[in-house]
Amino acid sequence: MTFINYAAREINCKIVYYGPGLCGKTTNLQWIYDKTNPQAKGKLISLATETDRTLFFDFLPLDLGQVRGFKTRFHLYTVPGQVFYDASRKLILKGVDGVVFIADSQDARMEANAESLQNLEKNLKEQGYDLKVIPYVLQMNKRDLPTAVPAEDMYRQLNIKGEPTFEAVAMNGTGVFDTLKAVAKLVLTELKKK
Amino acid sequence: MYEEEYVQIKDTLQRLQVDSNAKIVFLVDKNGQQIAAHGDMRGLDATSLASLTAGNVAATDGLAKLIGEKEFSILFHEGEKDNIHISLVAQRVILVVIFDDRSSLGLVRLRVKKASQELEKIFEQLLKKAEADRGALANRFDSPFAEITDEDIDSLFSE
Repeated sequence: MTFINYAAREINCKIVYYGPGLCGKTTNLQWIYDKTNPQAKGKLISLATETDRTLFFDFLPLDLGQVRGFKTRFHLYTVPGQVFYDASRKLILKGVDGVVFIADSQDARMEANAESLQNLEKNLKEQGYDLKVIPYVLQMNKRDLPTAVPAEDMYRQLNIKGEPTFEAVAMNGTGVFDTLKAVAKLVLTELKKK
Repeated sequence: MYEEEYVQIKDTLQRLQVDSNAKIVFLVDKNGQQIAAHGDMRGLDATSLASLTAGNVAATDGLAKLIGEKEFSILFHEGEKDNIHISLVAQRVILVVIFDDRSSLGLVRLRVKKASQELEKIFEQLLKKAEADRGALANRFDSPFAEITDEDIDSLFSE
């Protein structure tokens, strides 16, 4: 739920990066963290295992500046992608305002993408959200790999409602900010309707 | 959030901080948004504290459900110097007290109990007010975001 503090003139929005294990959710956040100027960001918190697999969540608070005199603050979260962390994923979706789905372009991960997308839809429903309604953006990551499935095929398989879709290589930042910008835009546009 | 209740909440937190001899008293909603705080916050990353607290409570909540409990209303983390006492107020907000050996768990628990009752009343009042106002407010003035334009949003990313 967007938290608007009229007294302090602040808007806080929660954006969750979802997707199968090792698709690059944390890498997206890491890139945003590295490329944002220090005044605009808080600490990047990563609750990960010793082998850098996300255990609970990554968290990055981001100040984007002012809209209509209100300070906009985005809280970016990632979920742990591995299938057996489902209970944790549900918790992180609580109070979400916008979702980014990161898909892994490698041929071998197509099944994992589909499974994770289904999982997202189910978990959102449990929290009372509808994937078809909530601000939502799709990112096809790892476009640089030789085993990447053609973008049109992926679009056909994974795009569910004509949502903004971006090709990305999160390791070198390609498409990372475009994705963030698109979801931020959708979330703020949603505020208009309220 | 209304000005009047916000002041009441801040007063309650301030009293709790003094009465319990705590370093910091902090109020967060269940989604990890900071509501109010009192105490020496210098050198403390408040945003991260809020988000991790909410994550912690959410995880503990999940554990409670697993074993058939409704909730664990109190969490306590003991450190070498500083300790954190976390409790749920009115099942909707999280009250965090950070204290060191100038206070004690017993004292904190006692004072938190009293403050929780006060906070509960304030939030009840707040809820009633919000519901009563919901209709009226919507008619009286438009949301400041009704006129957000694409340019407004683009300018956020202009750097």
